Amino acid sequence: MEEILKHNELSIEKSRPGRRGVRFETTQKHAADYLPAAYLRRQKPNLPELSEFDTVRHFTRLSQLNYSLDAQFYPLGSCTMKYNPKAYDVLSVLPGFANAHPFAPQSAVQGTLKALYELQEGLKAITGLAAFTLQPAAGAHGELTGILTVRAYHDSRKDWDRTEVIVPDTAHGTNPATANMAGYTVVNIKSGADGCVDLQTLQAALSHKTAAVMLTVPNTVGLFEKNIRQIAEMVHKAGALLYMDGANFNALIGLAKPADFGVDVMHLNLHKTFAAPHGGGGPGSGPVGAAAHVAKFLPKPFVVCENGVYRLEADRAESIGKMKAFYGNAAVCLRGLCYLKQFDGKTLKTIAEKAILNANYVRAKLKGKFNAFFDTNCMHECVLSIDPHVMNGVHTSDVAKRLLDYGFYAPTIYFPLIVPEALMIEPTETESKEMLDAFVAALEKIYEEIQTEPDVVKAAPHTQCVERIDEVSAARQPNLRW
Amino acid sequence: MYNQENCRFAKTHEWAFIEADVAVVGISNHAQEEISDIVFVDLPKIGQKAEAGKNCCVVESVKSASEIYAPVSGEIVEVNEALNGDPALVNREPHGNGWLFKIKMTNPAEADALLDFNAYQATIVK
Amino acid sequence: MFIPHTIQDEQEMLHAIGVNSLEDLLQQIPADLRTCAFHLPQALTEQALSAHLRELASQNKSLKNFIGAGCYEHFIPAAVPALSSRGEFLTAYTPYQAEASQGTLQTIYEFQSCICALFDMDVATASHYDGATALAEAVLAAHRVTGLREIIISPLLHPHYQEVLKTYTQHSGVTLTYAKATAQGTLDVEALKMQVSDQTACVVLPNPNFLGYIEQAEAVSQIAHSCGALLVAVVNPISLGVLQTPGAYQADFAVAEGQVLGNPMNFGGPGLGILTAKKAYMRQLPGRMVGIAKDKQGRRAFVLTLQAREQHIRREKAASNICSNEAICALNAVIYLTLLGPQGLQEVAELNVERAHKLAEQIGQVSGFHVQQDSPFFNEFVVTCPRPAAEVIEKMAAKGFAAGYDLGENRLLVCATEMCTEADIKAYAQALGEI
Repeated sequence: MEEILKHNELSIEKSRPGRRGVRFETTQKHAADYLPAAYLRRQKPNLPELSEFDTVRHFTRLSQLNYSLDAQFYPLGSCTMKYNPKAYDVLSVLPGFANAHPFAPQSAVQGTLKALYELQEGLKAITGLAAFTLQPAAGAHGELTGILTVRAYHDSRKDWDRTEVIVPDTAHGTNPATANMAGYTVVNIKSGADGCVDLQTLQAALSHKTAAVMLTVPNTVGLFEKNIRQIAEMVHKAGALLYMDGANFNALIGLAKPADFGVDVMHLNLHKTFAAPHGGGGPGSGPVGAAAHVAKFLPKPFVVCENGVYRLEADRAESIGKMKAFYGNAAVCLRGLCYLKQFDGKTLKTIAEKAILNANYVRAKLKGKFNAFFDTNCMHECVLSIDPHVMNGVHTSDVAKRLLDYGFYAPTIYFPLIVPEALMIEPTETESKEMLDAFVAALEKIYEEIQTEPDVVKAAPHTQCVERIDEVSAARQPNLRW
Repeated sequence: MYNQENCRFAKTHEWAFIEADVAVVGISNHAQEEISDIVFVDLPKIGQKAEAGKNCCVVESVKSASEIYAPVSGEIVEVNEALNGDPALVNREPHGNGWLFKIKMTNPAEADALLDFNAYQATIVK
Repeated sequence: MFIPHTIQDEQEMLHAIGVNSLEDLLQQIPADLRTCAFHLPQALTEQALSAHLRELASQNKSLKNFIGAGCYEHFIPAAVPALSSRGEFLTAYTPYQAEASQGTLQTIYEFQSCICALFDMDVATASHYDGATALAEAVLAAHRVTGLREIIISPLLHPHYQEVLKTYTQHSGVTLTYAKATAQGTLDVEALKMQVSDQTACVVLPNPNFLGYIEQAEAVSQIAHSCGALLVAVVNPISLGVLQTPGAYQADFAVAEGQVLGNPMNFGGPGLGILTAKKAYMRQLPGRMVGIAKDKQGRRAFVLTLQAREQHIRREKAASNICSNEAICALNAVIYLTLLGPQGLQEVAELNVERAHKLAEQIGQVSGFHVQQDSPFFNEFVVTCPRPAAEVIEKMAAKGFAAGYDLGENRLLVCATEMCTEADIKAYAQALGEI
């Protein structure tokens, strides 16, 4: 059918001179009456001119071109796309919270400060760590905060020789990039045949130069680092600190405390484990926790409570300083607090238990058609590997695109790097058995197609508003604006 | 232009074509095939020092960023400006108009230590 | 509540996996690391949670706001949150699968376009955490581009930005040097001439500066460029409805806190880091960018592009570890700019100028209070009080006003946006006279 209403017309193409979506009170005088002409803008910006209704329709239609968790299963490995409760959409932006100015007198923002304090204490309770800062705006921002904190710890001990950070080859790209930003040299270590850290390899890499080892637990192949206690001992014996990337904390919540592993510093992602929405890329929140001996180096200020009065404590001489303006993504922290408040010491573990159950169920059901790279029980996600040689030349990316046609978002693909043609599935605990069965059925159907009509899979998707996109031309001649 | 039979190769897939004390440098046909569609070449600056075996240039595809190592030491005296407008030249003519940069060599003996075409081909087949 | 499994589901699933109990699956975690001791308060139902959060929100006092200092209260048309809170935007992931993410991708492209138009700059990223971290990234990019280490910073840069810059750059090899300020509350341009040299990577110029005053940006730009240094401008996007753009004064990078564009204050977070640059530095910008491409049928499509710069490809060689953007805040901003258009943006900026100047006029008439207005200002300015600013703030709070930001001693930074009506301004001045 011929497309009469263009689905992707730009707002600027819909623009008509003189239209507008909002009107303000008129001023008595103009800017030129108050300010010197040399300081003024000469030409109006080329912004679209749309009515309010045009604008509403434009963005509503755009929203409908998206897959979203509210509408589709999002089995993205390492992303923990769990349901984002609607109550938090309302409660996190109550006018009392939304209209709070970061420099308002502290007596006027006791509610926000108390909420942040409650979250801080809750995160301490579930991780066993001595202190938490809510300042980092995202997971990667938390990593940088954590590694700068590690560095401040070594510097305070005049332990200047420590110039290296050890990162396993299964790590998310942010780990090595973070270490580099903090001025460290990255030492990559190869994982063992079982997908976990190989103790001998680690021992060989550890030295008086090691500042930290960054470890994702469970790791990105979906396995618990079974030797974590030993690893922590080895790291500490070398005088280094153990940093835990908590991106996969959904598999541990309510089951184990990182402090018991020997973790010194870690970050959590409120937009993963704590049900804050991903928002198409953010905003997130990446609180960082630290054991007692490292806590004083965390960024300032901290929310403290004295006699029922909450305040921001900025007087922290050994702190690494500030990681962002103001005090953190408070609105996202409120969502994290809401989530935490809905569980208690007994029910908390059901999150991790059901996440693990779901991942293993998908893994077991797919066995024989799409096999896990490590054939063993997994934690909250399973990593499959597709061999194009036995799949009629079909690659992982083809399977991912074909899933879109069946109404599922694609799993994480080509990560972790140690798994060839990886397909990483994290169902999360909020998906029902029926949804998982439907997802498995779609993959089984795709498996059949690979045998009978592989070209259909290779050319997927066929049902989206656009087909496969020429990313090469886009990168050669970038068009980044109108 | 820079016939592969007449080039010297590094194991890291760069070729050098020696013209007196200047080495013209590019990447092998095998390398451009592996990298696939090249979208950008981050060329070195003229005057920059190059050290044999050290990174001095980056070739980008949509999904990768590959470091290019100087096959010989010296100073960068010319870069292939045409790649700024048409990076795909490296894919189309890896041994011709897709050359990357020229190094004025400080130690021409380094070129002798590089592989000849047949020896390089043998490393790929393996 | 959020976990749908029935007992029967669980049994069937365990059977399919081939284990007898959940416990069998949890064996992966060594027994000595398993713990049951979590000291958390009783779980709340949605109803109880709602009551708890409403109680907390009510403990925040609603004061008439005259504070700016990097976070501003502006009018947000209802269409902005109504559209951005749609689940299709809010619960989508980063648009890695472009075909199923065209909505988010197109909004980011439109955001980049609107920001470039507003700033008169060539390229903008999909956004960073906030203005302060965007500045840190711009400074590090200037360092990479020039290969130089000296960063000259206006002392009138937001104090939090100064601190963040220090934290971010401490291990990068750059040195942060401060320029001088005049008694009029602006950058000392003559002193800057002596300070900038061929060793300078960039000059960081907030404009309007932290005190609200407008800088001689063209002169500063010329001084920086005459030595080969770059200019990094830090601007207020709303002010660009009337003020000269960073593109017009040849800034090489321009950054901003974009919260003012349709985002609530939220106690300062999330913010919206805007990072723009001249085209020549496009590939030096860290963070996500969206470009136009074509699909197999030759139709227009949007896609994340220039990804080879980023951490998931370059790992430790990447310029930054950033792997997200503030997409919903950027969405609020682009909806806001689309609703306002060029005319609305000019109007709101002019309203800010007028209200701030009326406020200055009214405060100037209160005995003992002196308004510093030797330099032109946009929507905030410095007031010298007859007593410590902290005391003024405390007393004004009791009268229902958030009086301003405490600059130390008797100096108070005061702001009026379009949210301060003429009646509010009169009431504020009257209250000042009474304390």
